[in-house]
Amino acid sequence: MFRNKSGEFSWVDFTIDVLRVLIVLAVVVGAWNTLSSGRISLAQWVNLLAAGLSQGSIYALIALGYTLVYGILLMINFAHGEVFMAGAFTTFFFAEALNRTGFLNEQPLLAILLMILFAGLVSMTVAVLVERIAYRPLRGSPRLVPLITAIGASFFLQYAFRGLYGSSFKAYPQVRALQGAVQIGDISIPVAQIFVFCSALVLMIGLHWLVERTRIGKAMRAVSENKEVARLMGIDIDWVILFTFGVGGFLAGSAGVINGLFRPQGVNFYMGFIPGIKAFTAAVLGGIGNIPGAMLGGLFLGVIEAIGPNLVLAGLGIPGANQLKDVIAFTMLVLVLIFRPQGILGERLSETKA
Amino acid sequence: MNILASEASRRVLRLGLLSGSFILFAGVIGMIAAFHEREVVNDFISLGQALLLATPFVTSYVATTRMTEAGEDPRVALAGGLAIGLLSALPTVILLLFNSDEYRYLLDASLKLIPFVAASYLAWKSHAQGNEMRQAAATWLISALLIGIVTFGFALIFEVKGDLRGVLVHVDRDWVEVVTFDHRNELWTGIGFLLAASAGAGLAGVIMRIMPDIPRRALLYGLGVTLLVGAFGETVRLILQENLDRDTLREIFRRDTLRQNSAAVLFIVSTAAGFLWAMFGGRAQSQFAALDNSSRHKIRNLGMLVFAALLLALPWLIGRTLSDVAVTIGIFVLMGLGLNIAIGLAGLLDLGYVTNYAVGAYILAVLTSIGPLGLFKGSFTFWMVIPIALLAAMCAGFLFAVPVLRMRGDYLAIATLGFGEIIGKLALSDWLKPLIGGAQGVQNIPKPFLFATELKNPEQLYYIVLVASLVTLFVSIRLNNSRTGRQWMAIREDEDVATAMGIDTARAKLLAFTLSAATGGVAGAIFAAKVGTVFPNSFTVFISINVLSLIIVGGIASNPGIVLGAVVLIGMPELLREFSEFRFLMYGALLILMMINRPQGLIPSKLVMHEVQAGVKTKVSTGD
Repeated sequence: MFRNKSGEFSWVDFTIDVLRVLIVLAVVVGAWNTLSSGRISLAQWVNLLAAGLSQGSIYALIALGYTLVYGILLMINFAHGEVFMAGAFTTFFFAEALNRTGFLNEQPLLAILLMILFAGLVSMTVAVLVERIAYRPLRGSPRLVPLITAIGASFFLQYAFRGLYGSSFKAYPQVRALQGAVQIGDISIPVAQIFVFCSALVLMIGLHWLVERTRIGKAMRAVSENKEVARLMGIDIDWVILFTFGVGGFLAGSAGVINGLFRPQGVNFYMGFIPGIKAFTAAVLGGIGNIPGAMLGGLFLGVIEAIGPNLVLAGLGIPGANQLKDVIAFTMLVLVLIFRPQGILGERLSETKA
Repeated sequence: MNILASEASRRVLRLGLLSGSFILFAGVIGMIAAFHEREVVNDFISLGQALLLATPFVTSYVATTRMTEAGEDPRVALAGGLAIGLLSALPTVILLLFNSDEYRYLLDASLKLIPFVAASYLAWKSHAQGNEMRQAAATWLISALLIGIVTFGFALIFEVKGDLRGVLVHVDRDWVEVVTFDHRNELWTGIGFLLAASAGAGLAGVIMRIMPDIPRRALLYGLGVTLLVGAFGETVRLILQENLDRDTLREIFRRDTLRQNSAAVLFIVSTAAGFLWAMFGGRAQSQFAALDNSSRHKIRNLGMLVFAALLLALPWLIGRTLSDVAVTIGIFVLMGLGLNIAIGLAGLLDLGYVTNYAVGAYILAVLTSIGPLGLFKGSFTFWMVIPIALLAAMCAGFLFAVPVLRMRGDYLAIATLGFGEIIGKLALSDWLKPLIGGAQGVQNIPKPFLFATELKNPEQLYYIVLVASLVTLFVSIRLNNSRTGRQWMAIREDEDVATAMGIDTARAKLLAFTLSAATGGVAGAIFAAKVGTVFPNSFTVFISINVLSLIIVGGIASNPGIVLGAVVLIGMPELLREFSEFRFLMYGALLILMMINRPQGLIPSKLVMHEVQAGVKTKVSTGD
């Protein structure tokens, strides 16, 4: 067990293996304690699961942007969380205007559709601008260079939007149609959660159709396979890359609206940073560069984040376990990067990409 | 049409619109209004107005440089400067009109027109590229619809809100007042002033550029010095306060700003000095170069001696407030030099550097605090804890390094970022609250004692930071030239080749992380002692980004660069309150600009420079 490929003893492998054992132990002990104490009823577990799935579908939508860009450029678009923020933050004003005119509650479906399109297009513009200004001049340079640029773009966007719209939290208006809950037996699931899950599903199906069935989708797949050959086949690489950033941005922006309607605490300029890192985790979890992987990874991360603190941490006797939600997510990030950097569905990646 | 098609006019158009968008952006995010608060010269010009004028000035200066290189006529250059000046003001003028009550309808009208115009342009372009009519029509329809949704959205928002300010919080009266040069109520007069000032600045840029070399350099020097002294008036006054009596000071400054007379005198004197240097500087340099080796050495040593004396005497020269800033800068120099071991030497992009800083600070806090959370209630002193903090940070660095050793460059960056966030959340949690106090943190940390005197002033703490920085500087210079240092550089360039050369990469990387963590711990401990309280909000990802930025801006793997980077990036926001609000905006922009235009940094390290000149595009190596 504690040997590397050539059969020698290696401290690094040893430490990593010890870490692996410790984590499995902690999870098993924590889960056993919680389950045997019976503190949380079945209905509560189902509620946690539903909350996790709806939060996870938001992560999945953002994660798709990471994965699409990574699939084509092999770069981590660190500023993607801010693209998400840009759409959500700008659309707050649109949502408020729609609410003021009463349209939001008269025609909730149409209004939300308009908001999603609006946010998607705003985020798309931001994503495309970032690609054009900050990333394109650096294409082909070593991997860390665009990453540092992306970090710069991330903080630039945060503080630019802070300057534009101010630094206070702004809460989206309440939509009457999204309130209440669906009752199944003794389990009640909020309508908002079902709405989040369904709209994310629709968007993902749309993306799947775009990538698998259209001409531009074919071009995207070709570019991600091999840029040089794609260029020889007459594909305009720059346009395809720009389009990919645009699609990723659109999904992030719509995720922003869905998130805004779903979470009462509101939006502000810093809202994209943490979800951005978590969505990246989701993308890696599913195997970065892999579209179905990002969807699954997002849902999986959402569920772990909802259930993990209650199942494992509370079982280990840690007080205030729900405060440590983010810790669970980031620990997942580190663990996946250590133990399975190719992700759950990562088998499809070739050596050069992984 | 012919004029528009020429190379020069296209450049003018592009640069002019770029500078115009910059001024518009700076205004919309509130930068111009915030900078207006600070006067450069009393009752004459504010920093905001200086920004407004400097942008077209610099842009047309740059444009003229290009044009004279291309051999254009000076008259063409003058026309270009005028155009750049007007174009720089144009976006702001349009926003002023949109913002005014009389011309609000223009905003509405343009929001309605934009989708049609943009869609027609795109369709025309698609047709011009040889696509069929049907496809062009489809392009028109789709783009009109999509752009239409966005403009419709904004039109609705502005209609419901009633004005721009409801959305763009900084398009307010302050902004209008600055850009119209205090003619808020007479819109067209204000616009006239703005256009005239901007055009004048554009022309001035051209004239400055086509002037003969010597007066140009002298004037630029004079302008630069006056602007700097004016902008940092408060700082300059604080320094002078230590050495001048009150009445003289009052004659030079009105509160914190230069008086007009003193600014004029400063400008004349510095221009004259610049003139003398431009006339005779070249000769002095060549004389210095002509000296033999040993006397050149002597002069250099003398210079070093003066510099060292200056460093030692600094707190007395600059007073308490600025010493405090100097301590902060020193703390960041420490962290910069430390992180540089990982990033600059070994090519490991560590975004969780704040972890080490937090470990050092919390160790010092918990061990020395005399408050309820102190473990030993003062039986540990600062000097005993510094080595403990250093060791603890090294242990933390080591522990966090082990799992990430096998990771590729960009994954390593994200994983370390994750560590930083985990530490931050843990510090805030209820779980560790009995130990480190949760959100309230640890309080009542005593100041260090030296021979029974309490080092409670920043002037005294400065020496601790100075000594720590010098030690770190020495260590990192030695590391740079050591066997280990060369191993790191080999790993930075190509890990596989390094392994093939027989380098134990795991060991070398662990060493890099551990050593780089050490100074972070010391910096954290000094910070804790300086502030006296330690709470989680001081240890966010922003610290890591701060340190990263100063390394990238100063010069990766370059020790003098890092010191300069810390002085500029940490010192400036501390000295100019107006800057601090836009601190991370500027860091972000700087990171992008440096990576694109000057990846080797302001003061490049010789090695990196060598690589760049050799045509190898090694910016930051990937480590994979």
